[in-house]
Amino acid sequence: MNLKTPKGLTVLVVFMFGFGFMLVPLYDVFCEITGLNGKTNGQYQGEITPAGSEKGRQVTLQFVVNKNDNLPWEFEPNQTEMTLAVGERRETTYRVTNTYKTAAIAQAVPSVSPAEAAEYLNKIECFCFEQQPLEAGEHKDMPLVFFVDPKLPAHINKLTLSYTLFDITNSKKPASDPHKVKKVVN
Amino acid sequence: MSEQTLTLDDHEHHEHGPAKGLLRWVFTTNHKDIGTLYLIFSLTMFFIGGMMAMVIRAELFQPGLQLVEPGFFNQMTTMHGLIMVFGAVMPGFVGLANWQIPLMVGAPDMALPRMNNWSFWILPFAFTMLLSTLFMDGGAPDFGWTFYAPLSTTYAPPSVTFFIFAIHMMGISSIMGAMNIIVTLFNMRAPGMSLMQMPMFAWSWLITAFLLVAVMPVLAAVVTMMLMDIHFATSFFSAAGGGDPVLFQHIFWFFGHPEVYIMILPAFGVVSQILPTFSRKPLFGYHSMVYALIAIAILSFVVWAHHMFTVGMPIGGQLFFMYSTMLIAVPTGVKIFNWVATMFKGSLSFETPMLFAVAFVVLFTIGGFSGIMLAIAPIDFQYQDTYFVVAHFHYVLVPGAVFGIVAGVYYWLPKWCGKMYDESLGKTHFWLSFIGLNLTFFPMHFVGLAGMPRRIPDYSLQFADFNMMASMGAFLFGASQLVFVYLVIKAIRSGEKAAQVPWESAEGLEWTLPTPLPYHTFTTPPVFESKL
Repeated sequence: MNLKTPKGLTVLVVFMFGFGFMLVPLYDVFCEITGLNGKTNGQYQGEITPAGSEKGRQVTLQFVVNKNDNLPWEFEPNQTEMTLAVGERRETTYRVTNTYKTAAIAQAVPSVSPAEAAEYLNKIECFCFEQQPLEAGEHKDMPLVFFVDPKLPAHINKLTLSYTLFDITNSKKPASDPHKVKKVVN
Repeated sequence: MSEQTLTLDDHEHHEHGPAKGLLRWVFTTNHKDIGTLYLIFSLTMFFIGGMMAMVIRAELFQPGLQLVEPGFFNQMTTMHGLIMVFGAVMPGFVGLANWQIPLMVGAPDMALPRMNNWSFWILPFAFTMLLSTLFMDGGAPDFGWTFYAPLSTTYAPPSVTFFIFAIHMMGISSIMGAMNIIVTLFNMRAPGMSLMQMPMFAWSWLITAFLLVAVMPVLAAVVTMMLMDIHFATSFFSAAGGGDPVLFQHIFWFFGHPEVYIMILPAFGVVSQILPTFSRKPLFGYHSMVYALIAIAILSFVVWAHHMFTVGMPIGGQLFFMYSTMLIAVPTGVKIFNWVATMFKGSLSFETPMLFAVAFVVLFTIGGFSGIMLAIAPIDFQYQDTYFVVAHFHYVLVPGAVFGIVAGVYYWLPKWCGKMYDESLGKTHFWLSFIGLNLTFFPMHFVGLAGMPRRIPDYSLQFADFNMMASMGAFLFGASQLVFVYLVIKAIRSGEKAAQVPWESAEGLEWTLPTPLPYHTFTTPPVFESKL
């Protein structure tokens, strides 16, 4: 019996199953390269203040948080808006309070809007690069050091940087499990 | 010695008809038996999914909440979609393929008959599992047939795990069925029949089978990721762990868009068989029909994100998916042009299969046009998640896919059971269905354009008249399918004996066989003479 066709098709099926999973890293790589989907870059490693061609250009940066039912902590930016020159190194902080009666670990996930601007907002230091363990009732001002790349497209003059906090204390369970929040609160 | 016995047994086997008793259907490897099983299964699922549609339309008969709880309404919309897509349309076409492909290409059976048996018999278990979720704590899946994360992960009822395994099993069944068809068409065509001489139904299924083999594993992958997110602490679709819910939509629609062509291409094939017969002319533009099928299949892999224009896609992405989607209208237009050209100046007669085929061409084109409207990204922001979308995909699936299957059954039933169906009952079924479905789905365009959201059990008062109209149409359409069941049973039990070629000028190898069909056909390959 001629098994060539079924064998080839089986290989195709296995490959496509794998391809489904390969789409996950491919999607991340694609978003990272293109800056689509508002995904921000990791820590900026290069020169801190790159020489800008249009040094006088001012942009507005808004700081917001998105509260998430996964972690109902107090979490606010200490400064909600700033105007800065492109290529200028600036600092700000976000204040977080652990309102639980137990210690917990949080992770901040950033997002930039408009998504097109995400790759031009460079973070030199960010609390989102690390996990944030907080004791019960502890306050913390979490630092953020950044600059806006002068190559930012000319039609963008206002950027919004948003953070969402997630509870990752119990990493054995999915952090988004709604039942877990109840357990911790109790 | 043993060799001799084997040959003897084999010989006897050919002389015999089917095995006696009900177990015949469990153990059968005969393509005709399996085709019948698939078709009966598809019809059963069509009625179960149809009853869910009746619940939906009854609730929407008037504004306000009267009959069912909103949560149960969500379960009904979800299960209606899943059952119609995976239980009624897909197995219906596989049933037609099992019956017709060996007959049309002159093969004695499907290439992998045991796998064929296996691929059917998985289905009843998969759907029993899916339907049993209706009786579980927390109810059946209620997140829409597209099961977007996190609705289907974080916020899903516990029965979602059963749903995932049911999808896995359906996927395995579809993949095995598709592989069987490809292997049959590549290796078992009658001597002298080249690929470019295959009947159009065989071509449409060859392309469909490749789509199935390519995308059903992606569906399996996405539900596996859901399973892992729910039970094994991964975060594919959860932002908390670095995942992304939008990723779910990308992977789902990478499967989902080819899937919608999987549901329509075989119907293209059926219609391409029926129109020439009742126009008494050969199919116009055979080669362009084949190339159009291939073009549609290839393009279907690069258009998926037109289902998600509103997720916040950059303008470049919107433009790419808008233009690539509109490009599909070109090969589809070629096919519609060729069907019309086949009928043009033909000597037409309107027996039931032809009525369904002509209605297919007209109504599918309406569905295609609303598809082009939805493909326009800036306009899609208004139409997204409204009844306009519901009207669009029901116009391509009901008078498209479902009419395709029904037309095929009317066309080939006299050959399958050797009996003729009652023509006037067939015409009654057609006209009741035609009026019923247009009454149901046409008003949905209007309420959709006016902003009525889909998947919601209540609506604003201004939509009341059109919704009542749609509900009455749906009840008519649903009831008229009982005529079809009665007609088929009547034909099998007491129909007049059918002629070997019941249709004047029907062409193809299937009509060279005697009526009623012997249990085994083409045990010696036929001689194929090309008419091209």
